[in-house]
Amino acid sequence: MFDFLEGYDVLGAFWTTVQLTVLSAVGALVWGTLLAAMRVSPVPLMRGFANVYVNIVRNIPLTIIVLFASLGLADIFGATMGASDFKIQGFRLAVLGLVGYTSAFVCEAIRSGINTVPMGQAEAARAIGLNFSQTLRLIVLPQAFRAVIGPLANVLIALTKNTTVASAIGVAEAATLMKTMMENEAQTLAIGAVFALGFVVLTLPVGLLLGWAGKRLAVKR
Amino acid sequence: MKLRKVTAVSAAVLALAVSATACGGSSDSGKGGGDKIKIGVKFDQPGLGLKKPDGSMSGFDVDVATYVAKELGYKPDQIQWVETKSADRENALARGDVKFIAASYSITDERKQKVDFAGPYLLAHQDLLVKKDANITQGADLNGKKLCSVTGSTSAQNVQKTIAPKANLKENSAYSECIAGLQNGAVDAVTTDDSILAGFAAQDKYQGQFKLAGLKLSNENYGIGVKKGDSATVDKINKALEKMVSDKSWDKAVETNFGPANYKNEPAPKIGQLVS
Amino acid sequence: MSSVLYDTPGPRARRRNALLSVVFVVLLAALAWWIWQVLDDKQQFRWVLWQPFTTGQAWTTYLLPGLLNTLKAAALAMVIALPLGAVFGIARLSDHRWVRGAAGVVVEFFRAIPVLLLMLFANEFYNRYIEVPSDNRPFYAVVTGLVLYNASVLAEIVRAGILALPKGQTEAAQAIGLRKGQTMAGILLPQAVTAMLPAIVSQLVVIVKDTALGGAMIGYAELLSERGTLAANYANVIASFAVVALLYIVLNFALTSFAARLESRLRRSKRGTGAVLGAEETEPVRPVEVRGALATGVDQH
Repeated sequence: MFDFLEGYDVLGAFWTTVQLTVLSAVGALVWGTLLAAMRVSPVPLMRGFANVYVNIVRNIPLTIIVLFASLGLADIFGATMGASDFKIQGFRLAVLGLVGYTSAFVCEAIRSGINTVPMGQAEAARAIGLNFSQTLRLIVLPQAFRAVIGPLANVLIALTKNTTVASAIGVAEAATLMKTMMENEAQTLAIGAVFALGFVVLTLPVGLLLGWAGKRLAVKR
Repeated sequence: MKLRKVTAVSAAVLALAVSATACGGSSDSGKGGGDKIKIGVKFDQPGLGLKKPDGSMSGFDVDVATYVAKELGYKPDQIQWVETKSADRENALARGDVKFIAASYSITDERKQKVDFAGPYLLAHQDLLVKKDANITQGADLNGKKLCSVTGSTSAQNVQKTIAPKANLKENSAYSECIAGLQNGAVDAVTTDDSILAGFAAQDKYQGQFKLAGLKLSNENYGIGVKKGDSATVDKINKALEKMVSDKSWDKAVETNFGPANYKNEPAPKIGQLVS
Repeated sequence: MSSVLYDTPGPRARRRNALLSVVFVVLLAALAWWIWQVLDDKQQFRWVLWQPFTTGQAWTTYLLPGLLNTLKAAALAMVIALPLGAVFGIARLSDHRWVRGAAGVVVEFFRAIPVLLLMLFANEFYNRYIEVPSDNRPFYAVVTGLVLYNASVLAEIVRAGILALPKGQTEAAQAIGLRKGQTMAGILLPQAVTAMLPAIVSQLVVIVKDTALGGAMIGYAELLSERGTLAANYANVIASFAVVALLYIVLNFALTSFAARLESRLRRSKRGTGAVLGAEETEPVRPVEVRGALATGVDQH
């Protein structure tokens, strides 16, 4: 019944999807947090930069960002990402594009989390003499992160699905393989079901687990 | 009061959206005339099939298709050009989306199981486009070099399997992107059929910068794809192609389209004779 | 809000902020300078590459038809996905367990699958099993993918919006004898939609952006795909990407600012009736948004 799977490395393709997801998630979390810090910082220029960055990136299709990583960053700016092999380079460029895109959403999620922290917390922190970076690092962000586990989980799930866009620059992940298989094999429905199931398996547990964690860790007020 | 406003606004949005789709839809109803012929070509290959800025089509494939359509009884203004991307060609024929396809469509045994071919009408070869001063004289020189082709193309597979398995292959979604990469040094060579490469090399912005390596890495017999089993149309198209060669229209089409590219094409192939 | 995080700067803090600003500007300027140098070095600023966009033909032959197709697909997807999403969102709150369950399964399933996969599948499915006029097949595939995915996301938004409403709304409606359907249609849904408007709009932006997947992967002749044909003519890959990206930004900004105007009008008119969802208009993120949309699961894409 599943003989159409023969000769195709479905697990390998999904493994690439997982790798893309994990690496991009880490990168986007770091860069997105930095952006969020900039957005609430006392330096107007940093606020402006982060603001412009988020609003531009959010309004451009991810497809364009990923294609630009390959045709612009790599071809024009020589961003070879430390790899001469185009296969590896394409993978890393896809991660870069996904980080650049996803970080805008991470930034927005964290900023909304910062907004859920009651003013009194920040005021109390200032009252005991903490400066901006201390207030943010020690008081606000720890509470904000706990409040945004749910939203960040959604960003992570969206990111998992968005890794399929990497197929636009030929990264051999799940969507690329599905396209090839659908062109070569007759069982369209079965192939579609297999890949759909793959993504359900990837995203549902993440959503449930982080949803549960989000509820448990939320700061009770 | 508030609800009415919500409804009014959403009704306005809805009406806008519907009218937007409606007027878009009407532009597709060109096939209502009944006496149109739909022909599949490429839209993004200069010299073969290109949609020009004024909206008209140009290229050798387009000229051949126009001639064939004329022999089938259709005037140029009755032709509706349809873009058939490489991966979609068999489907487009099988479903009757287009009457025939002239889109740098090489006749292969694999494809012959899915569609019928008239022709061939041109013999092309897989080749390399390199910078003017590059030093690549044989396929094996590519090992270790940066090479560009289009995702899933047969040329890319040829390189990986036989010609230069150690070449570092970048796969883009369009040849125009490969050529741009060649110009700014991101890749050392672009590979596909020489007929396609010549068209790009002849573009104003690239004139004089590139050369064809002239390697003849494969034989590509361009045929006109027709729905499987439609032998009547195949016969008609073959007759039209023969006439095109005999009345010198073929040479003229070659001259107008490949002349500026300085592409030394093979002589007109005999119908039904494939060079393998 | 941000001003709560730090004191009004004194002389030292002001000096430090000024210094930080200068360092930041220098860094940005260095980056911009480098980008400019590289682009110039690779001859990306040659006027021949950009000149086509000052001519009418580049627009009438490639960009505007592409833009129209983008809008067509996005508009149709919105028109179908919005009511469908509302229906599924309400169905998930149904009193009947099997309705709730079925709607939940459908919504969770389609939310879990990448929209690109849905498009690829729809394209292949129409191709093999259903008679769809050939010119329109990619169009239908794109719209199908967008509708399935976004309707399920919108369903979650609507559900979250309804759940975030004060219980008193339902109770008051029941008290004056409204039936379940009347309560939903007359009381809860209008308030939920207004409250969730920011989330709904960001989902509409997602729809516009996702049409580009149809162009890149299944050959729907929308803006991004027309860019390819354009670049084949003018040999201006980078320039064409820049222009097309700018078009998307303008389009989505127009959409969001239209929605912002709409939202402020709705809020103003609402104040008259007193049904305010605990929203403070000065806050950049309203509490309800955080409590509802973000906490209960709205995807960004």
